[in-house]
Amino acid sequence: MSKERKIRVLVAKPGLDGHDRGAKVVARALRDAGMEVVYTGLHQTPEQVVEAAIQEDVDVLGLSILSGAHMTLFPRVKELLEENNAGDILLIGGGIIPEEDMEELKEKGYAQALFTPGIPTDEIVEWIRNAMESKTSSA
Amino acid sequence: MNIVEGLIKGDRRALARAISLVENEDSSKNEILKGVYTHTGKAYIIGFTGSPGSGKSSLVDKLVSVIRREGLTVGIVAIDPTSPFTGGAILGDRIRMQEHTEDKDVFIRSMGTRGSLGGLSRATKDAVQLLDAFGKDIVIIETVGVGQSEVDVVKNADTTVVVLTPASGDSVQTIKAGIMEIANIFVVNKSDLPNADRTRTEINLMLDLDNKKKEWRPPIISTISLTSEGIEELWEELKKHRQFLEEGDRLAAIRRERVKREIVDYMEHIIKSRLWEKISGTTLFEKTIEKISQRDLDPISGAEKVLERVNLDNHEFPE
Repeated sequence: MSKERKIRVLVAKPGLDGHDRGAKVVARALRDAGMEVVYTGLHQTPEQVVEAAIQEDVDVLGLSILSGAHMTLFPRVKELLEENNAGDILLIGGGIIPEEDMEELKEKGYAQALFTPGIPTDEIVEWIRNAMESKTSSA
Repeated sequence: MNIVEGLIKGDRRALARAISLVENEDSSKNEILKGVYTHTGKAYIIGFTGSPGSGKSSLVDKLVSVIRREGLTVGIVAIDPTSPFTGGAILGDRIRMQEHTEDKDVFIRSMGTRGSLGGLSRATKDAVQLLDAFGKDIVIIETVGVGQSEVDVVKNADTTVVVLTPASGDSVQTIKAGIMEIANIFVVNKSDLPNADRTRTEINLMLDLDNKKKEWRPPIISTISLTSEGIEELWEELKKHRQFLEEGDRLAAIRRERVKREIVDYMEHIIKSRLWEKISGTTLFEKTIEKISQRDLDPISGAEKVLERVNLDNHEFPE
């Protein structure tokens, strides 16, 4: 049995949009990269997402947002993570997010990385692996 | 050990972290399990098993609503398959358990099988203990979707529920030697589908064929998760089975058996790793392997020869 620490990721769809094709593609890619991916399904509140992230003890929380509500949802999720003493969970996301909003979200620390349509899934895998490595080596 | 303290005090993050550490075989695993043990034994453990898509997660979701109405707290361990090729997994049981994600008295944990073949993951038993120590009144294990012979759940649950669907009616006969034997309660889910009655009848016929007179005949409950039909009845039957086990020393006997299996497992594990430390890499061991490869020696005699040197007979076991 390998004692290699498995990376756990929660892929969540907060808010009202009902399109989870992208979320599923990403979930599948992460699975194929050897990660354990918890998928929550559609229409989650930020409270539900954060509670699930805590119970599942994930390393990474990925939000998929296509509704345009990213400037509300990312800050709210981040805030709830901090409130619940879970600010160490890496918060990333994807969806339809304009350039300037991406800058702002990253600058203010509401998202550590954002992946918009067209980005190869390998890049997401790479990013998570690198982030996990620097996290564990600094810990 | 503050993770244990946190868990006992009801810190959800500590519980979640403890499950990960134990599941990842972290060096702190044994300390955590030792630390919580005296706090365990209070939870009642219910196992749900059945084929993929039979509706286990939805059923558990609805059942939890009924249980919560009685004020009881619930822990759920839900298992999904790990890929044998990449080691990855999609854990999707939460999708069906939406009703309780904001209820702080329900704790849901998804686990990948991680190479285990009996329908559970290797750390399921440990996760159940941690939820028990955390103070959950009821702990529910939901197995990975199973075929016929993955029956590990019965070793870990006090009451085992086998979930079937009308579509499986024809195959009831064929699967009866495997999971059909472990049910304390049968559920025919999706019973609004055609042939639900036939499935019930076939289960009944199968139970009639049992010539050993049993004190508990598994009841068959028809449910429809979508409309919550039959869920109250299922909970009533679960309580009845618990009551049945708690009469006399049936439950105590089941749990004693479980403890025995546990201590044997741990002893085997300890002996194995100690032996391995001594033997691996030694010339005697390498030479023996060589001899067996050359067909100069058979593996059974080889094993006996190597173990002679460890001197297993040297110790008298105190009565």
